Amino acid sequence: MTAVPAAPAPAPARTAAAGTGATTGTGTLLRFALRRDRLRLPVWIAALLLFTLATAGKLETLYPHLADRATIAGTMGSPAALAMTGPRRYVEGYTAPGGSGFGAMLGHETIGFAAVLIALMSVLTVVRHTRDEEETGRAELLRSTVVGRHAPLTAALLLALAAVVVLGGLLALGLGCYGPTRGDWHGALLYGAVCAGVGAVFAGVAAVTVQLTEHARSASGAALAVVGAAYVLRAAGDVGDGTLSWLSPIGWAQRSYPYVDGSWWPLLPTAAAALLTAAAGYVLSTRRDVGAGLRPPRRGRPAASRALASPPWFALRLQRGLLAGFGCALLLLGGMYGSLLGDVDDLLGAGATRRALDPALAQAGGASLAESFASIVMIVNAVVAAVCAVLAALRPRAEESAGRAEPLLATGLSRTRWLSGQLAVALLGSTLAMLLAGLGFGAAGAASTGDRGLLLSLPGAALAYAPGLWVTVGVAAVLYGWLPRAAPAAWLVPVYAFGVGYLGRVLRFPDWTEDLSPFGHVPQLPAQQLDLAPLAVLTAVAAALLAAGVWGFRRRDLETK
Amino acid sequence: MKTSTTDPAVSARGLVKNFGRTRALDGLDLEVRTGEVHGFLGPNGAGKSTALRILLGLLRADAGSARLLGHDPWHDAVPLHRRLAYVPGDVELWPNLSGGEAIDLLARLRGGIDRARRDELVERFDLDPTKKGRTYSKGNRQKVAIVAALASDAELLLLDEPTAGLDPLMEVVFQDVVLQAKAAGRTVLLSSHVLAQVEKLCDRVSIIRLGRIAQSGTLGELRHLTRTTVEAETERPAAGLAELPGVHGLREERVDEPAASEGSGAESGAGGGGQLTGSRVHFAVDGAHLDAAIRHLSGLGLRSLTSHPPTLEELMLRHYGDELAANGHTSAAAAGEGAAR
Repeated sequence: MTAVPAAPAPAPARTAAAGTGATTGTGTLLRFALRRDRLRLPVWIAALLLFTLATAGKLETLYPHLADRATIAGTMGSPAALAMTGPRRYVEGYTAPGGSGFGAMLGHETIGFAAVLIALMSVLTVVRHTRDEEETGRAELLRSTVVGRHAPLTAALLLALAAVVVLGGLLALGLGCYGPTRGDWHGALLYGAVCAGVGAVFAGVAAVTVQLTEHARSASGAALAVVGAAYVLRAAGDVGDGTLSWLSPIGWAQRSYPYVDGSWWPLLPTAAAALLTAAAGYVLSTRRDVGAGLRPPRRGRPAASRALASPPWFALRLQRGLLAGFGCALLLLGGMYGSLLGDVDDLLGAGATRRALDPALAQAGGASLAESFASIVMIVNAVVAAVCAVLAALRPRAEESAGRAEPLLATGLSRTRWLSGQLAVALLGSTLAMLLAGLGFGAAGAASTGDRGLLLSLPGAALAYAPGLWVTVGVAAVLYGWLPRAAPAAWLVPVYAFGVGYLGRVLRFPDWTEDLSPFGHVPQLPAQQLDLAPLAVLTAVAAALLAAGVWGFRRRDLETK
Repeated sequence: MKTSTTDPAVSARGLVKNFGRTRALDGLDLEVRTGEVHGFLGPNGAGKSTALRILLGLLRADAGSARLLGHDPWHDAVPLHRRLAYVPGDVELWPNLSGGEAIDLLARLRGGIDRARRDELVERFDLDPTKKGRTYSKGNRQKVAIVAALASDAELLLLDEPTAGLDPLMEVVFQDVVLQAKAAGRTVLLSSHVLAQVEKLCDRVSIIRLGRIAQSGTLGELRHLTRTTVEAETERPAAGLAELPGVHGLREERVDEPAASEGSGAESGAGGGGQLTGSRVHFAVDGAHLDAAIRHLSGLGLRSLTSHPPTLEELMLRHYGDELAANGHTSAAAAGEGAAR
């Protein structure tokens, strides 16, 4: 494949408006993209809107009195809660009179969470309409028509921008008209604007990552790693002195403080970052051919190694990039949380305050503040490891629908061995990634607090989540075995676990909502006692799910192209 | 013609497969004898790939039975797969594995690879085994699967349009290696659209249409079953020819003796002015009625006669020509009517 020269000469009949430039055809592509995403984007936008408005409404019913809000402010001011949600200044606003107190709670609780989801929407949208099209070869067909060199990227960015602007507008409208914040249009508009701003920045980030490699998966992965880094940087900043938060687009959004201080100027770095990243994407795109990455593909071995024909090794070979990426990310994430442990002890030295912070943990007794903090934030590591588990467990589905399972399953390789190999990699890979998070957490925690016991206790606490990860893989396996088209529903497990873990306490979800998540049953080590019974049950459930998935796959038709 | 007295390598009876409301196979019968190269012909969507995937145990038939090398393809899929090799029509490779790795992977999972043969095939097909899966063209991806299939000691080769995307030079190499495989006693079921390839390689063919076999046999038998084209010049007008059974598409021209070489004839019955001295006829006749038609012609004073058997292309067109209007016709009637068009 070679580079297509800029815009082909337009037919004389074409109007001047159609143009002859590098963006010719953008309008047509944009309408086409809107048509393709006519269901997907509205669902994203509606879900995010409903989530925000429902949270706002729920806050009003749960904390009607100033005293209620003062109590929850104590809990939400703990370092663990700040690391999960957002900066402390919101907490000071909890007890403000009228709607702005609820607005402060809403901003604190939802901006960080919504920003991650909005970033995800932007990244997936841009990748879907650029690199995904190139990888499948569809872009080549389009680019051979009257479509300029920059038209596909421009259309994808405009689509993502339109989606976040519509979302921001609806959020402003909804918060201005509904819930405890109704009537405060300054806060509502700022809230909508910062959400749209985060989406715009990550659309720009995706515009860069789609230029780097040939594969849509890697492009999404790289952009989502930036999202993860942004979330982690602001967590570190919000627990510490705040400096690191200023390196994060999510931090900028939170530090506009809608309903608290209400400052618009953090939108400046946001807009600058969005423009710069998008511009970098355009520049990089001119340095490569259609369908190619920036790096030329390397040559491979002329013959296979002995191990390749062993199903687990083969699966590992396919997944090693994914697992290495998540392993590094989790090691860093754990290390970041570990480095905060020293601050935690300094921030809140008195044992009496701890009881107010988290009654559930205080009941366990004897736990240090660092241990309480570690127990609470460990769920974030587990959710990231669960994302890794879902990605790895859905790989068989990707292989099958791409037509790459068919030739293998027409050899002496049985379906059971093929699928078991893939699932074994998902099980062990996600467990190892979780262990790395625990090791990073423990090592950095021991360094920052001087408590060497953390070197063992935190990796142990991380491993306690392994049965939950296995259940996650099991859910994906059952869906794949019986309802392969519904397999992506396995994403609900980490999303649900994060949602319940993040919002459950503030919104006082009933207990059963936590019981639905496999991670809700994991003992919160090291603050709580190790209880093996739930772990044994989770392991048994995972084994049953995996067996059912393999059984279903053995008896169904292979999906063929 | 090589025939075998042993059990057939493939035998399927009444295979039915539905995908939702679409009926992909509608009572398919298929028999492939051990040691033969069997051509599997049919238009796009006729059910060839579905049938092959049922024989591979990748899909499960809704009704009917199939035996492959004496075993059930769904139940005994894995042991059977050690004895057969498959080339899909649309080969997808792993983006981060080289072509050489993919060949070795497939062949080893099949139970072993003949190293020397593998290297020879890579050489003959002019394949660069170090390139990554993503960077191969369609033809080169097909080559990877073909080399992997032919480098192993499979008794049975199931090839689903294996040469789609191969250039003509590689087509020749492919035909050569398939004939080698046949000489080595292997059985081949070859689904194909390349009629020259089928005529060159296949002992017998089965023609599939709308999910069932329309016709099956050697090419000779198929030609006998269908029509021969006849062109003849007779001294007397060809009266009564049209009434003979099995004669189709009769065209007749009068021939004036002096002007015959210039071909100035007029349609019979048009009442031309020239002296009627002869007649030129063109028709197709069913194999079973050829003898009677030629006898009738010789009674008219036969001056010249040319006839040719149907080409495979004509055979195919006869079966598919009416595809668009196919609903409500039996396949036999369709085969008959196709010729009249």
